[in-house]
Amino acid sequence: MISFDFDYYKPDSIDEAVTLFRSLSSMGKKPMYYAGGTEIITLGRLNLLYTNAVIDLKGISECNILAHNSDTLTIGASLTLAQLGMNHYFPLLANISKEIADHTSRLKITVGGNICGNIFYREAVLPFLLTDSQVLIAGKNGLQKNPINNVFCKTMQLENGEFIVQLQTQSKYIESPFVSIKRRQQWNVGYPLITVNSIKVENQIRVAIAGLCPFPFRSLKMESMLNRKELSTEEKVELAIQHLPQPILNDVEGSDEYRIFVLKNTLLDVVETLEGAGA
Amino acid sequence: METIGKSIIRKEALDKVTGKAKYTGDYQSSSMLHAKMVISPYAHAKIKSINIQNAWKVQGVRGIVTGQQVPLVGEAIQDRPILAQDKVRYHGEPLAVVVADDPILAKRAADLIAIDYELLPVVNSPSEAIKPDTILVHEHLDCYKRAKHITPIPGTNIASRFKIRKGNMDKGWRESNVIVEDSYSFTPSDHAAIETRCSIVEIRSDESIIVSSSSQAPYMIKQLMSMYFGIDMGKVIVNTPLVGGGYGGKAAVQLELIAYLASKAVGGRKVKLENTREEDIITSPCHIGLDAKVKLGCSKDGFIKAAEILYLFDGGAYSDKGIDLSRAAAVDCTGPYHIENIWCDSFCMYTNHPYASPYRGFSHSELLFAFERTVDLLAEKLQMDPFELRYKNAILPGHTTPTQTKLNHSNIGNLRACIDRAKELSNWDEGQMVEVDKRFVRVKGASCIWKTSTIPSNASSGVIITFNKDGTLNLMSGVVEIGTGTKTILAQILAEYLKMNVDHIFVRMDVDTQTTPEHWKTVGSRGTFMAGRAVLEAADDTILQLKSVASCVLRTSIDDLIVANSRVFLRDDPTVGLGFEELAYGYTFENGNSIGGQIIGRGNYILRNITPLNPETGAGNPGPEWTVGAQVVEVEYDRRDYTYKLIKATSVIDIGKVLNEKAARGQVTGAMSMGLGFAARETFRLDQLGRVLNHQLRTYRPIHFGEHPEYAVGFIETPQLDAPYGARGVGEHGILGMPAALGNCLSLASGVSLHQLPLTPELIWREREGKSDLI
Amino acid sequence: MGLASITLQINGENRVVAIREADTLLFVLREKLGLTGSKPGCLNGDCGACTVNLDGWPMKSCLILAVETAGHYILTIEGLKNTRIQEAFVEEFAFQCGYCTSGFIMNGYSLSQLYPHAHSTQIQEWFESNICRCTGYEEIEKAIRRVLNENNNL
Ligand SMILES: Cc1cc2nc3c(=O)[nH]c(=O)nc-3n(C[C@H](O)[C@H](O)[C@H](O)COP(=O)(O)OP(=O)(O)OC[C@H]3O[C@@H](n4cnc5c(N)ncnc54)[C@H](O)[C@@H]3O)c2cc1C
Ligand code: FES
Ligand code: FES
Repeated sequence: MISFDFDYYKPDSIDEAVTLFRSLSSMGKKPMYYAGGTEIITLGRLNLLYTNAVIDLKGISECNILAHNSDTLTIGASLTLAQLGMNHYFPLLANISKEIADHTSRLKITVGGNICGNIFYREAVLPFLLTDSQVLIAGKNGLQKNPINNVFCKTMQLENGEFIVQLQTQSKYIESPFVSIKRRQQWNVGYPLITVNSIKVENQIRVAIAGLCPFPFRSLKMESMLNRKELSTEEKVELAIQHLPQPILNDVEGSDEYRIFVLKNTLLDVVETLEGAGA
Repeated sequence: METIGKSIIRKEALDKVTGKAKYTGDYQSSSMLHAKMVISPYAHAKIKSINIQNAWKVQGVRGIVTGQQVPLVGEAIQDRPILAQDKVRYHGEPLAVVVADDPILAKRAADLIAIDYELLPVVNSPSEAIKPDTILVHEHLDCYKRAKHITPIPGTNIASRFKIRKGNMDKGWRESNVIVEDSYSFTPSDHAAIETRCSIVEIRSDESIIVSSSSQAPYMIKQLMSMYFGIDMGKVIVNTPLVGGGYGGKAAVQLELIAYLASKAVGGRKVKLENTREEDIITSPCHIGLDAKVKLGCSKDGFIKAAEILYLFDGGAYSDKGIDLSRAAAVDCTGPYHIENIWCDSFCMYTNHPYASPYRGFSHSELLFAFERTVDLLAEKLQMDPFELRYKNAILPGHTTPTQTKLNHSNIGNLRACIDRAKELSNWDEGQMVEVDKRFVRVKGASCIWKTSTIPSNASSGVIITFNKDGTLNLMSGVVEIGTGTKTILAQILAEYLKMNVDHIFVRMDVDTQTTPEHWKTVGSRGTFMAGRAVLEAADDTILQLKSVASCVLRTSIDDLIVANSRVFLRDDPTVGLGFEELAYGYTFENGNSIGGQIIGRGNYILRNITPLNPETGAGNPGPEWTVGAQVVEVEYDRRDYTYKLIKATSVIDIGKVLNEKAARGQVTGAMSMGLGFAARETFRLDQLGRVLNHQLRTYRPIHFGEHPEYAVGFIETPQLDAPYGARGVGEHGILGMPAALGNCLSLASGVSLHQLPLTPELIWREREGKSDLI
Repeated sequence: MGLASITLQINGENRVVAIREADTLLFVLREKLGLTGSKPGCLNGDCGACTVNLDGWPMKSCLILAVETAGHYILTIEGLKNTRIQEAFVEEFAFQCGYCTSGFIMNGYSLSQLYPHAHSTQIQEWFESNICRCTGYEEIEKAIRRVLNENNNL
């Protein structure tokens, strides 16, 4: 039950959405893009978030696309995690999507909403960071395509009024060997303790992590440590861990020290699995 | 037997699968107003000011109540203002309540109440609470009204202290060759019933109060409201529809009182107050925490000679039921063993945590965690199989309990039979630890359990039977249907006794304290026993009335009549008789003359021979019988990651008599699931300021589908002679040994002795790596 | 509070109802339409007690605005009559207090309709969206398997 009022808009086109956002803002309103709405509803209920106008992106056809051609997979930002979980073209994304929240909630949560959400796990971003995906962003200057690694830094760096339309990923990355490990405190569903996604591209391991810090990240420094061929797996992991961003979470899911312990074992598994893999 | 033992489908089943079943929150009407509480964000703080001006500006606000002139309430000690006064003592404590036309407006206004606090240092554990010179949660403990025999100690945080002094401790230690001693602790947690608590209150013009509440204790609400507010008892009418899970959490009286104040503030109009999940977890009473110390001594050959026990219960900010809980823990302080020398102090401590209400098992799963872990330590030191040690020391008829109650073949079940069967079902003899590979092992841990229900010596239960003109029956009992299926079982008992078809018995599901005969409280697995006995008495009464009318008509002595199949007939010629439909509303002769009239059967049961405990020694008779059992938990443990998966959980309980096969199994497996949740994952994560950080089901995680183990359930049937068909209570027992069995299992698996709950991989890691406490 | 009138297709009926656009479907079902079979266990997407079906798929009605559902087909527990899943829940004793039951049944109904031959991992994946605090899940598992097994035998 949300105690504040808001107006609900459901534009059919990108233009309409952007214009609406601008005109509502200029009227002094506090508009917010709305996709799955799960976060807006649940945080709104607790007054942890406020809006007086929501703009539902689910009516925009570009946001609902799932298209696959010879070299690119295009994913509309309004696709649900359940839809992505069933998508065989991008197994890593399917894999991580199926681990977020629970099945029924995934039928509502969208990939765009997860990446742009306040709840800091944002696990769905990990595969895109690893695969150097492109983000198609709509804003006052029309559509812009950017590498996600340029525009996602802890959170999605969007100007007021911008939204994600699509994510595009090259097939060659999608086909890379991957590992996805989500470790929780003591259960099978829900928030992570830590989540590690990893792929192997041109014989180089890439890793991205959620739940370790209050933001998801991909660390090139860690990757370079993990790829030092002269070292043993243990040594690689030890070194990688010395290059973690800060702060490390210390919360109800687990302490910072414990998270590092879990991370070590998880990275060992990741490296061991991928070292044997081709590509 | 025709009906007893069969898996009769619960009477309200169809309503529950069609969405028609109504719970308190499902009732609404256009005349109803809605209330919203303002709760404290701090665990201990002075209230410097409460500003309600802005809240009044919200349209549709009809009333606002703050803690200024509210009475102090509480079951054993009246230490709790219905809404906080002067200071708040726990995170989530209600300070004010707003009444408005709809729930949205009420919330809007509540959000606008501005409160200025001055933070106070917090008492963050019972061990901290008992230190001399510590901060006081209640400064004026001596000024509170309290029940007889309750002796809080002013100037301390001690709400109550119960003592067990049995035998001679010096002698016990002298006879002991092997001694173990250790400490245990866990913070409070929650019941997490899926239905959050809800109350609807209306005050009529004659001052009578009509309450609807999701409660396990409607008669207690009636009694307490009458007492607290000085209203004639007959003017408090409490209605309880179906309850969406209780587990003890709905035995406390809280929201009803707040909703009453809210209704009073709006001229008695009907007001609904429904907890959000967050409020249900922290504002309403929770599951008690504990710090414990247990020292055990035994002879070389493994006979326990002495037990010295200290239980410091985390009663939270207000004592309410915490006192009874700590008393119950003293009563059964040792687990089901024959021990001649026992010393136990069980304290209910005030802390700045949410306060406690009963929780399935009434402090037994808690104390058994401490005690049964220590028994395993003893077994380890003796290098004896844990079950062998327990078998050796099993309490038997002829022995006495810690309260020095003499046991006989009826008031205690057969623990040794339970152990034998549990070993079989869990495949114990394959070994406690079975290697899967270098990394994984399968490991088993055991615990024994026992419990009596410490309820007041004068608690009673009443039953009324009426007829419909077609000869079917209506059964009315004050037992609340909280999910245990007790009302269906009562119908089974009645059907069996009257030798009739259970489908011809209709059960009134709701309780209405004005018209339903009282059943003390639907807690402590006592519903079947007490209400069942009342049913039998009401059935006898009914039979007598049926026979006396029939005997006139058939011109025979009532001694020659039999009742069966909804008929009364001659013993030697069953064809000569009358159907219930001809008798229940008076028998009418051909000429129109009638005799008899409505038949109304009544029955009642009051526990016998229960006595208060001696304040110095604890001697007395606390309850009617002890149910015993043996349990095993098996996990697959990962030696690298310290994680584990629940594989199998086994319970063997001496149930006396299985009344409804599937229902009994469901009670046991459900309780095991809850116990495993408590053991493995559920706890309040508290920060240094005493705030609960995980008050949502996203971070407070009961067991979900698929996380459950395989269950093995066995029953032993040693009848309790006083009980209907010999049945013992079983609603709680599945939970009791789960924390201890899992603790024993993981201690063995990990090679470190685990003393805290919940038993998370992080805890094991911390113990293994020698890390100090987290927060 | 501005109210807007919308038409919702619920259980085969068109229901016109005045709502705030910020109202969740759960709130509207319970408070405005008297359909109280969907239960408010957490209002946070965590318990599944509020689960309904939207165009055949399970949906937590606390996670969706009523306005979002206009033009979609909503089925609540009140709209299920004599289905196998309901019978199986009764036969298997798959509930005690019954508060989680509507949610489990709606979820199971969807599963058995959309995937009549669903396998164990799918049952697991779908059902872990709901919490039952009374049972140990054994009976719930039996009930859903019973329905699916019957489908397999057809
Ligand atoms: C039961 C449950 C369990 C959960 N468990 C997990 C978990 O395990 N891991 C995890 O990562 N998360 C978890 N979450 C959180 C969940 O990730 C968020 O609620 C969800 O990701 C938000 O997605 P949405 O589509 O509903 O977004 P919305 O609520 O619609 O929006 C969220 C935010 O993103 C913005 N936004 C939405 N779409 C776009 C877009 N296309 N472009 C720009 N901005 C946009 C909105 O303006 C808003 O600020 C859980 C949630 C629930 C309900
Ligand atoms: S009320 Fe919707 S998931 Fe709990
Ligand atoms: S039956 Fe009570 S919560 Fe499931």
